[in-house]
Amino acid sequence: MANDVVMHTHGVCKVYNMGKTKVHALRGVDLTVRRGEMIAIIGASGSGKSTLMNIIGCLDYPTEGTYHLDGVQVENMTKNQLADIRNQKIGFVFQGFNLLARTSALENVELPLLYDRTGRKMKARTLAREALRRVGLSDRMDHEPSELSGGQQQRVAIARALVSSPAILLADEPTGNLDSKTSVEVLSLFQELNAQGITILIVTHERDIAACADRVIELRDGLVIRDEAVADRRNAAHELTTISVPEAAPPS
Amino acid sequence: MKGSTLIKVASQSILKNKMRTLLTMLGIVIGVGAVIVMVAIGQGAQSQIQNQIDNLGTNLIVITPGSSSSGGVSRGAQTYNRLTIKDADKIKRESLYANAVSPVVWTRTQVIGGNGNWRTSINGVSPDYIVIRNWPLKSGRFFDASEMRAMRRVVVLGHTVAEELFADSDPTGARIQIRNVPVEVIGVLEPKGQTPDGNDQDDVILAPYTSVQTRLSGWSRIFQIMASTPRPGDVPRAQEEIAAIMRESHNLAEWEENDFTVRNQNDLADAAQSTTEVMTLLLAAIASISLLVGGIGIMNIMLVSVTERTREIGIRMAIGARGRDVLTQFLVESIVMSVIGGMIGVALGFGSASIIGRATGWSTAISPETVAIALVFSASVGIFFGFYPARKAARLNPIDALRYE
Repeated sequence: MANDVVMHTHGVCKVYNMGKTKVHALRGVDLTVRRGEMIAIIGASGSGKSTLMNIIGCLDYPTEGTYHLDGVQVENMTKNQLADIRNQKIGFVFQGFNLLARTSALENVELPLLYDRTGRKMKARTLAREALRRVGLSDRMDHEPSELSGGQQQRVAIARALVSSPAILLADEPTGNLDSKTSVEVLSLFQELNAQGITILIVTHERDIAACADRVIELRDGLVIRDEAVADRRNAAHELTTISVPEAAPPS
Repeated sequence: MKGSTLIKVASQSILKNKMRTLLTMLGIVIGVGAVIVMVAIGQGAQSQIQNQIDNLGTNLIVITPGSSSSGGVSRGAQTYNRLTIKDADKIKRESLYANAVSPVVWTRTQVIGGNGNWRTSINGVSPDYIVIRNWPLKSGRFFDASEMRAMRRVVVLGHTVAEELFADSDPTGARIQIRNVPVEVIGVLEPKGQTPDGNDQDDVILAPYTSVQTRLSGWSRIFQIMASTPRPGDVPRAQEEIAAIMRESHNLAEWEENDFTVRNQNDLADAAQSTTEVMTLLLAAIASISLLVGGIGIMNIMLVSVTERTREIGIRMAIGARGRDVLTQFLVESIVMSVIGGMIGVALGFGSASIIGRATGWSTAISPETVAIALVFSASVGIFFGFYPARKAARLNPIDALRYE
């Protein structure tokens, strides 16, 4: 059972010093994620979900509390150690895709492996091709981000997150910049990857996106106020077959 | 990251912004190019001056009357302070090292002959003079010792004088008048060119010093004595020896200072050499300023680049780049830029130097050391001016960097 735990936080607090006032962004968050789960963290802005995301993503340190990721205690690590943890155990997917411009999809996906210190650098190209195949972009490898649609760019970003076989895939508002059909496509891809056993954590403020996960955690004012399984889970792949998008008006 | 990956990543981002990269490199290109050209001109001038000094004569030793700078109480007691024929003869007789010795006197006067007249310097010398000066004849012959003793009215013309008076025809055998004294031209010297300070060495007439003393100047003293040694290595020993002979000839007591000066060509060469070295250094220093400005240009662009690519830095950090990786990336970028700029600058410098050399007739020389120094210097400029922006990039907080718009 303990082996199943991918990440675990205990009593995580985060306090920002804004001059004289102190802002308590997180006030003791206990969170356990098991392998193979697909979790949505929801909350209004100011609920602390971005802060939690940063801490889970090893981009920031908690003020208090402990954080274990994939069996490693990370809250006391140095910046360089955190960089290595991010490299090996976390795959980021951002709202704005955050791909390097004027760089081919393949090179974008390779990027994390260039910073790899475990010897996978040699296989970077092969692994990158494999990751792009998984997200269905085998035929777009040499395209630059500007030549790809939003949905394709986000899939490249997902491939980049997958390429180093991370313990957890961390998606921050992954559909925020996409139209509704493309959003469903991306969610469908997440569900497909989850079905293959990848642990996914999506941060969002939209409840219908959270409905695609199998468990929803709701934050408010820096505390977990709800943590429960999704009863009626959306099947994005199924919706995709029935969805109808109105045809764009032909140019006159 | 590995070196090859680093260079690849750096080249990628450099190539992504071709125009900006080009303009940034331009600063370094001009800087390095300027250094190369300036040093080439300086070194060219140096070798040219060296040539001219060699032209003055090989292993030359010049004895002049004591300079006023050696003035002091003791000099007041001296009865004479001049060079005499006796001195020259004594050196010629006694010196083991100097094989050729010639007294020199001169006067400037008007000469008439051939197609016109010309004002020039009449140098009274002995037959050894052309040996000392290593000065071959173009036509005719030089006067010999018997002609000298007989105070014959014979002269040898310098190339410039021959051209002025006789244009293209050979003056050998012609008669000219020097201050109303008719003399016979028995030979013409090969052209020797200018001295380092710009005097035309060929604007001269050589005559036996005896004739010049008695018929032209009327002075019995001589102005300097020239001597030379067969081997360059003997010059310092010959100088010492000549000084000793001169002291004896002038009856100087132990406590008395020399009332003459013995100089060699090296002193002159050293002075000229150090002058041109200073000039080269000065030119290089001025050119280095443009390299410095180029470096500041690189720093400027790198700072802009870091700001502009804050998001990229954030992405790289989020996916596992350490601060050091980012630092190295930006540093390598600025080094690659400055070294490529430096190489273009070297090529440009080569080109400009040879064009300038051809256009002005100055000789230019580019040594491999210059090129190496220029490249090392431009790489250092890249490191020095790239470090601050690179460190700024490396110290970015990934969260802020990712959020940066």
